[in-house]
Amino acid sequence: MDTLQNLGRWALGMFERLGRGHLFLLYVLMGTPGLLFRLRLVVQQVYSVGVLSLLIVTVSGLFVGMVLGLQGYNTLVDFGSEEALSVVVALSLVRELGPVVTALLFAGRAGSALTAEIGLMKATEQLAGMEMMAVDPLRRVVAPRFLAGFISMPLLAAIFSAVGVFGGWFVGVGLLGVDDGAFWSQMTAKVDFYEDIVNGVIKSAVFGFVATWIALFEGYDAVPTSEGVSRATTRTVVHTALAVLGLDFVLTALMFGGV
Amino acid sequence: MSRDSDNLVEIRGLSFARGDRMIFDGIDLDLRRGKVTAIMGPSGTGKTTLLRLIGGQLRPLSGSIRVDGQEVPRLRRDQLFDLRKRMGMLFQSGALLTDLTVFDNVAFPLREHTRLGEALIRDLVLMKLEAVGLRGARDLMPSELSGGMARRVALARAIALDPMMIMYDEPFTGQDPMSMGVLVKLIRLLNDALGLTSVVVSHDVAETAGIADYIYLISGGKVVAQGTPEALDRERSPWVNQFMHGEPDGPVPFHYPAPDFADDLLGAG
Repeated sequence: MDTLQNLGRWALGMFERLGRGHLFLLYVLMGTPGLLFRLRLVVQQVYSVGVLSLLIVTVSGLFVGMVLGLQGYNTLVDFGSEEALSVVVALSLVRELGPVVTALLFAGRAGSALTAEIGLMKATEQLAGMEMMAVDPLRRVVAPRFLAGFISMPLLAAIFSAVGVFGGWFVGVGLLGVDDGAFWSQMTAKVDFYEDIVNGVIKSAVFGFVATWIALFEGYDAVPTSEGVSRATTRTVVHTALAVLGLDFVLTALMFGGV
Repeated sequence: MSRDSDNLVEIRGLSFARGDRMIFDGIDLDLRRGKVTAIMGPSGTGKTTLLRLIGGQLRPLSGSIRVDGQEVPRLRRDQLFDLRKRMGMLFQSGALLTDLTVFDNVAFPLREHTRLGEALIRDLVLMKLEAVGLRGARDLMPSELSGGMARRVALARAIALDPMMIMYDEPFTGQDPMSMGVLVKLIRLLNDALGLTSVVVSHDVAETAGIADYIYLISGGKVVAQGTPEALDRERSPWVNQFMHGEPDGPVPFHYPAPDFADDLLGAG
């Protein structure tokens, strides 16, 4: 009987939280149009969410690209088609690894920081203080961060993919002797703008939306104690990772068909 | 009836509960315009909750809260925000925005709610900071301030929009005697100089009684006593006596309710 009760309580709690999360998103989205007049707030956040994530994203992109170059070459060279290396590298990056890995890095670098920041603002009564000053924290604090995350993610993913391609080129052409001209011409011939690049950008925009939403909601909904904020930060990273990987499957199935 | 308009805040039959626990059970309370009213009581009696109810951050179970003639629990969000622009609240922690300097913290409500030019905002902020004696600290970050200074900055921010009333949440807790003295002086001074109405929620009896015009003692969800500081000091009721003079034992027992000590030690369970 107890187990059943606990299960029920857990389920109710989860749905309640899910509901709060969606209402939260609704209020935040309603707060975004007003930001057109206060772009400075968004720009500040694009700096802390996006620009400060650049280092980890470029370094990771470089290494992921280099690994793709190595692995791809070793497979392709058996079939004598190593000039197709650029296609393997570029398609893997643009379609999958760029959006997905960037979103995971984004959750770890920017998402956790957003959760901790908002959670601590709540714990130190800064959010309540703003409310008492007749300033809506959802509009003033949360909405600019949301917009910044949504803008930054696709850009970061694009940078990740671009740097990754150079990593692959460095290993393939620079170290393993793939023909330079073939590398680039194969890539331009086989990578389609709408089919591959636009779909990749859509993916990264969806991931950015979800990752920022989860991070901000976890912070806003955190239990306002040190332990509560620490738990919320952990949840942000875990939930974002799960949501991104799950959504990636759904989006891939929708975009590239076959299911 | 003319007495009514003397009250900025009128609370009638206010009840509020958290879960199953009744915090307030039919409280009546008036805050006179231009006066410093103190609300005192033991920790955990919901004094802070009362301020949040007046500020509309919480909704009561029943009863009425009128602030300047407006029924707070019934206000729409935008009306509530308009009302809050005329109320200042000083949180226990100060609640300063930690990523802004002292100057920007005080300028925050001005920048959010007015379209004043930067030059004018600068003058206003410096005037408010001068009033709390921290004009020289304008470039510090909140983390560089002592607790007392942080509260004074928060006070400057609370008066930035020239409100009609200020609510102080435990302004003296954890202050050294000097900064306590400064705060005590400031609360009285600002109240009289700016024609404010002040509410001080506190359990520091001596400091609060020293500046209050009228005191409400709250305990167990009810107003147990009210009157001027002098009247309460003379009050004969044992509970009031215990609270006002800080006796360790009396009607409020030293021990939290527990089963018999001997039984507990020999505990069979």
